[in-house]
Amino acid sequence: MTMLRPLLAAMAAMLLSSCAKQNPGSELVVRIGSVAPLTGPQSHLGKDNDNGVRLAADEINASGLVIGGKKMRVEVLSEDDQADPRTATIVAQKLVDEGVNGIVGHFNSGTSIPASRIYSDAGIPQISPSATATTYTGQGFETTFRVVTNDRQQGEALAKFALDTLHARTVAIIDDRTAYGQGIADEFEKDAKAGGAALVAHEFTSDHATDFTAILTSIKGKNPDLVFYGGMDAQAGPMMKQMRNLGMKMAFLGADGSKSPEFIKLAGTAAEGAYASAPGLPLDKMPGGKAFVQKFTAKYGKIQLYSPYSFDATMALVNAMKQAGSIDPARYLPVLARIKMDGVTGPISFDRKGDILHGAVTLYQVRNGSWTALP
Amino acid sequence: MDIFLQQLINGIVLGSIYSLVALGYTLVYGILGLINFAHGDIVMVGAMVTLTVVRLLSDSGLPGPLVLGIGMLTAIPACMAVGYLIERIAYRPLRNAPRLAPLITAIGVSILLQNLAMMIWGREYLSFPQILPTRTMAVGGASISAIQLLIVASSTIMMAGLSSLIRKTRLGNAMRATAQNPEVATLMGVNVNTIISITFVLGSALAAVAGMMVSAYYGIAHYDMGFILGLKAFTAAVLGGIGNIEGAMLGGLLLGIIESMGAGYLGTLTGGIMGSNYQDVFAFFVLILVLIFRPSGLLGERVGERP
Amino acid sequence: MKRYLKLAAYAALLLLLPFATGLALGKTWVRILDFALLYVMLALGLNIVVGFAGLLDLGYVAFFAVGAYCYALLASPHFGLHLPFWMILPIGAFSAGIFGMLLGAPTLRLRGDYLAIVTLGFGEIIRIFLNNLDTPYNITGGPQGIDLIDPVRLGPVSLNQPPGHAVYSYYFLFLLFALATAFVSTRLQHSRIGRAWAAIREDEIAAEAMGIDTRNLKLLAFAMGASFGGLSGGLFAGFEGFVSPESFTLTESIMILSMVVLGGMGHIRGVVFGALLLSILPEALRYVGPLEQSLFGKIVIDPSGLRMLLFGLSLILVMLLRPAGLWPSPARKRELLAHGETAKHENTNIYDAGR
Repeated sequence: MTMLRPLLAAMAAMLLSSCAKQNPGSELVVRIGSVAPLTGPQSHLGKDNDNGVRLAADEINASGLVIGGKKMRVEVLSEDDQADPRTATIVAQKLVDEGVNGIVGHFNSGTSIPASRIYSDAGIPQISPSATATTYTGQGFETTFRVVTNDRQQGEALAKFALDTLHARTVAIIDDRTAYGQGIADEFEKDAKAGGAALVAHEFTSDHATDFTAILTSIKGKNPDLVFYGGMDAQAGPMMKQMRNLGMKMAFLGADGSKSPEFIKLAGTAAEGAYASAPGLPLDKMPGGKAFVQKFTAKYGKIQLYSPYSFDATMALVNAMKQAGSIDPARYLPVLARIKMDGVTGPISFDRKGDILHGAVTLYQVRNGSWTALP
Repeated sequence: MDIFLQQLINGIVLGSIYSLVALGYTLVYGILGLINFAHGDIVMVGAMVTLTVVRLLSDSGLPGPLVLGIGMLTAIPACMAVGYLIERIAYRPLRNAPRLAPLITAIGVSILLQNLAMMIWGREYLSFPQILPTRTMAVGGASISAIQLLIVASSTIMMAGLSSLIRKTRLGNAMRATAQNPEVATLMGVNVNTIISITFVLGSALAAVAGMMVSAYYGIAHYDMGFILGLKAFTAAVLGGIGNIEGAMLGGLLLGIIESMGAGYLGTLTGGIMGSNYQDVFAFFVLILVLIFRPSGLLGERVGERP
Repeated sequence: MKRYLKLAAYAALLLLLPFATGLALGKTWVRILDFALLYVMLALGLNIVVGFAGLLDLGYVAFFAVGAYCYALLASPHFGLHLPFWMILPIGAFSAGIFGMLLGAPTLRLRGDYLAIVTLGFGEIIRIFLNNLDTPYNITGGPQGIDLIDPVRLGPVSLNQPPGHAVYSYYFLFLLFALATAFVSTRLQHSRIGRAWAAIREDEIAAEAMGIDTRNLKLLAFAMGASFGGLSGGLFAGFEGFVSPESFTLTESIMILSMVVLGGMGHIRGVVFGALLLSILPEALRYVGPLEQSLFGKIVIDPSGLRMLLFGLSLILVMLLRPAGLWPSPARKRELLAHGETAKHENTNIYDAGR
């Protein structure tokens, strides 16, 4: 009997409150959901993604958005998925319930994949600015897209660079045993071996580690021409530092997870000369790229990593809505699938699975304390 | 051969770090019988405070080691205060409760410290400014740096100092008496509450030094760094014999060497089936083996039972 | 008569709850309810180990993982097997039970803190193995996890259809299993086994002296607790459609332990209450952000950091003020709040004295 009354009261309260939920607005609103880890070790990158979406939204609103003859306003609903798959599904459901018209997210592959099922069931297009696992678009959903190259595309480009430009004949690979790190490292390994390079060592670490001396020493003994790291900047930076401290002079190549200002900060002077790749074209080569950098840095500070991509993703969603003349996902989804536009990261259009078509990959090197694009 | 030597050096340095942290664990456990889960997070607080001070002073033109020293001298009182507060507020009221209660509370304190640190210092990995010499010396083909030597030296000194404190001073006597039998110690005129507080404060001071070493060596600090470090250090303490000062030292060194050698050679030994990806389980494997076959640790004995 | 009326009222409440929630708060909260039910099962399972038998397990999430991966391996394109769920769930529960015994066997002689650390290590070992068993043979999918897991099918009807309303179907499935788990727990508690566990918990030496086979009973506690976890894991895999090692961290184990401890160790209703509280409250805190925004115009304290902060604080406060839990059973309350000799039976050695 003790439980009954409070339970009844709770139910009554909930039913009553549902009547109060109607919220008539005066403007027509386009709701874009932005999901990324806003807490935890990757939060600086997650917040960066979020900022990219917000910058896009502000720009669109400032330019006066008209869709299907009606005045619209873009509203960004940010959610924190903590890089955890379970939380990702909960916030995905939350956004679907709140009636979002499109999603920019999530940040990690491990969260984008389970969430994609929920968006797919609701028919809401989802563009990820940073998830690179090939399975994300390989599930057969119509609603999954991404504006970054996937692991296969990036791995290919990285291997080509290592073998043809850096002339590495022996490589050592380290990955951090996360979905992202292992994914890109495996693709790199496949393509490097196919290109004729010999793999002398494949070592592992984790995304919380700080001490790499043991695995680095082991690699030192095998003397490869190149060390490749699949993982994020928080490990790549200290790893670079420890490498140089051990007297290892060979080239260091990282993937997009390493190409951030954090890497340079954490590696200190040892960062000089490190290589990394990033999807898309260099910002200053793209029309609107320089303007983007200026506006973003003025408002949010340094660009961490993927904010240009989340910016482009937002623009892609809204452009598709404009072209279709409707914010209804069912109506603009086919338009999105066939879209052709220029973003700040490069030309944007998608293939049948939702991967970016002709995704470019640019290689960078740390010169004089900052990442410089290589021709 | 030089690779083997380098791995050994890596292991000894890593092990010394574990020893430094394990000393604090073992001290508290020896007197109180409590695994202070929050100890690793006190190390983190030490690292963060040192980092903040070093960052503030890095442009002031003072020599690197001096800046580091000032950082340490700031971190030690900070950690001592934190340790004292934790003991008074969270652990003292639970002294007579069943073992589960302070264990849960310790977990709660650990979470609290981590999140407070996150709110104060932010979520990113904070980098240590380059103020220390990075020269390395060659030792038979391997290299060792100044700070690595400093770590090994300081953990040995700490251990020796702590050991003689326990054995030769009145305070040490009182601590051992409290560890053996708090009630009788009270009868003998020992203020048990004060001794326990002092133990905690001492352990926290050691944690501060460990925190400074770790952040200076690896060049980074973040709010997350304490827990796993604490866990491994606890394993080291159990390996050597919990409650035993020399045991903490031995356990730490052994654990560091096992981890380094394991990470470096397991791949070759197993033909690639298992490699450095199992690095983190070594500590736990070692712990389980020790607790099954030699539960009192390698050097056995507890603080209270030394003659 | 009155009793049946009460029961009927409860039943009606439970049956209508998801629809009321869905109407009032949206499907998100129904999904949260579904997860809450899974946590209820997990908490009840851990309650057997910690609450009934008094064995502190900090690596409980490993059994959840075993159950989930069992389901994933037997009902997905990974190996090409697509067994029906009523076949896989018992297999998952059974495998988890085996792992429970594997964990229990070497730790039988350990007490308190040491048992806690060893079980923590075990949980981590399982997670790391799950993360790495993708070379040389791809068993667990490694960090990529296993995707496209079959949803639960009752005959020809898949619980994922109609799309978007799966959360309701799964609610009823989980409710059924949660009620069954609670029922089994209650029967266990009041059986000979349950009483033997209580005896072991309160004084192991005396229990041995009374002729209780402490070794086998402890193993049984581990095995039964683990199998509940495995059951819950299988349901989780079918619900989510995707498993990866990231879902099975140490933090989860600590969460589940907190549910048991905060709710009221050993008291089934308390444990259920704790599980519901700790799985729903953090989600409610998600709304603090917008609330602060509307009240103060800006974010004063970061809500996501606040969540864990409050959690740690609540652990400390509950232990200081109500160590028997928020809703303890009268017997346990006496036990845990006792002063003097009754509660000071803990040995300072890691072993039972004299062994």
